[in-house]
Amino acid sequence: MVKYVIKRLLLSIFILLGVSIILYALVRIMPVDFLRDKAVAIVGSSGADPDELYERLCEAYGLTDKTFVGLCKGYWGWLTNFVQGDFGDSWKYNQPVSEAIFKNMPISFGISFVSLILQLLIAIPLGIKCACNQYGKLDYFATVLTMIGISFPTFFLGSLLIKFFAIDLGWFEIGGLISSLPKDTSIFTKIVNVAWHLVLPMFLLTVLSIGAWLRYTRTNTLEVLNADYIRTARAKGLSENSVIYKHVFRNTLIPLVTLLAGTLPSLFSGAMITETIFDIPGIGNMAYQAMLVGDIPFIMTYNMFIAVLTVIGILLTDIMYAVVDPRVKLGE
Amino acid sequence: MEENKVLENVSEEVAETTAPAEDLRGENLNDRVRVLSPGMMVAKRFFRSKLSMLGLVMLIALFLFSFLGPIFSPWADGGTPIKDETPGAPILSIKSFAYIDNEGNEIIAYEMNETIPSNNQFAELSSEHLLGTDNNGYDLFTNLMLGGRISLTIGFVVIIIETVIGVILGGLAGYFGGWVDNLVMRIVDIISCIPTLPIMLILSTTFTSLKIVDIRRLYYLMGVLTLIGWGGIARLVRGQILSLREQDFMLAAKCSGLSTSRKIFRHLLPNVMPQLIVSMTMGLGSIILMEATLGFLDLGAPLGTPTWGAMINAAANMTYLSGYPNFWIPPGICITLAILAFNFVGDGLRDAFDPKMKR
Repeated sequence: MVKYVIKRLLLSIFILLGVSIILYALVRIMPVDFLRDKAVAIVGSSGADPDELYERLCEAYGLTDKTFVGLCKGYWGWLTNFVQGDFGDSWKYNQPVSEAIFKNMPISFGISFVSLILQLLIAIPLGIKCACNQYGKLDYFATVLTMIGISFPTFFLGSLLIKFFAIDLGWFEIGGLISSLPKDTSIFTKIVNVAWHLVLPMFLLTVLSIGAWLRYTRTNTLEVLNADYIRTARAKGLSENSVIYKHVFRNTLIPLVTLLAGTLPSLFSGAMITETIFDIPGIGNMAYQAMLVGDIPFIMTYNMFIAVLTVIGILLTDIMYAVVDPRVKLGE
Repeated sequence: MEENKVLENVSEEVAETTAPAEDLRGENLNDRVRVLSPGMMVAKRFFRSKLSMLGLVMLIALFLFSFLGPIFSPWADGGTPIKDETPGAPILSIKSFAYIDNEGNEIIAYEMNETIPSNNQFAELSSEHLLGTDNNGYDLFTNLMLGGRISLTIGFVVIIIETVIGVILGGLAGYFGGWVDNLVMRIVDIISCIPTLPIMLILSTTFTSLKIVDIRRLYYLMGVLTLIGWGGIARLVRGQILSLREQDFMLAAKCSGLSTSRKIFRHLLPNVMPQLIVSMTMGLGSIILMEATLGFLDLGAPLGTPTWGAMINAAANMTYLSGYPNFWIPPGICITLAILAFNFVGDGLRDAFDPKMKR
């Protein structure tokens, strides 16, 4: 097991190196010149030549050399800094990238986490219920609902929610986390206000991801229901409730734990489209803005952050798989 | 495995149709028993499922809508939309001036300007324009039909190329194993860790600054999507082939001295086809979704080109979002229906291909 994990970790490092090379190459050939815009902005109306300042800025950031050797040098420089935990300064946000990311991560994490809890609370009981009455009315209804949840594009459902519930009916506030309130507002009112802003985004996230959980729970429960030990439980005369809520329920949870371990890392990466639609200052939205203007340090850090999370997610899934099911032997 | 499946299914059929056993005497068995090929069994199971039929009907309807529909529209000439150049409804602009006159009264005066646009833009829904017209005077209903042509076909192109790459590389990896397998699978590991949407965003901004802002930008992006999207299919093909090549029929193929290419294409690939078809169908939906997402973020085809993604871009604009739902709700519904249909069909196919499913 330990040997397997070490092997996987080494492989992960190799994968991340590959991803970083591709990302760096892409970002460097990106001709969007944030620096030129910045130079023009700094020079402003003073009449000086922006090109001169631009050259100086490029040199400062090590971007002058656009040849292959230059790219390699730049990559090596970036890599050594990155490994040492120096992610550079974000050009757009004018602060260290790590600071910008970690300051806004709690927002993204909070939203995703609450939404995940909601998903599990709804999907697991409903999934078990559906499986117990397979091909029943509820099951059919839930299947169609699941499919709709999987198929609805985030932005379309989001736009519909904004249009009908926020604009037409005016029930919810949208745009950012908090409306401009008078200074002497109590903390309680502020919290209510923030919660009011977050109802629609959380609803959106929950509805769109609930389908996958529901489906997974249903399939698992069906499998468990056909297992021999359930027949034994019924044969020894346990009540149906006891069979379902004690024997089936617990065994259904086992594969779900595996899946959950895989999704945990993705909680930190932020929901880019949802955050952009509702203008929530989470890291997904920040990354979107940074990518539009070509903020190289932020883009590189954010994408590597996602890649690392993905790798951890896959690794966690595999490890949990072996932890919850003693029959699985890793590394064979 | 395949043979077993056939036998099992046939015997099941026999059991179904020959229930009164005494009737059999003196009759030819073939008159009483219908022998179904595995393909027919799959088709039977597929057509029996209501949801997959619904998906199929939705798909056919969407394709007819977008490929035949524009022929009957007065606002399309072949594949290009036609502007409505009749003067549109006058646009009123009201300016208010507040001033205080000599006697100290506050007076507000209004200046009203009426301009008549040269194109019939922002037209209301009418029998002439079923969904109204857009900001340039193009008929939205016709655009919707034309948009389906690009949005629906682009998915097929991407998925077919992805499948070809995935099958070839995954097949090689699974069949030869060793360093080939290692190399291909490490590449797959890397490309499946690349975050897709951010990459699309980066490239799209790159294309924009290279002054590629028309429909070509969408095509290039879809090309890139193909390049990083074949990993899943390669993994699937490799996994299947790894288990298949150890089976007895492959030993038989080896003993009869078949060539490598014949073994792969004639004996291994047909056994992977079911899973491949299911994952292709499901993949089609996700590509349409990607096209639409890029469009919404204003990174695919520009607003005004008839693709569903570009049309839904209107929802990103607050004015259109609140004031002109006819701009973005219809394409949104079409996108959702298309994805839903592909998912229904894919799901139905998966169940139909699964020999364990009895219903």
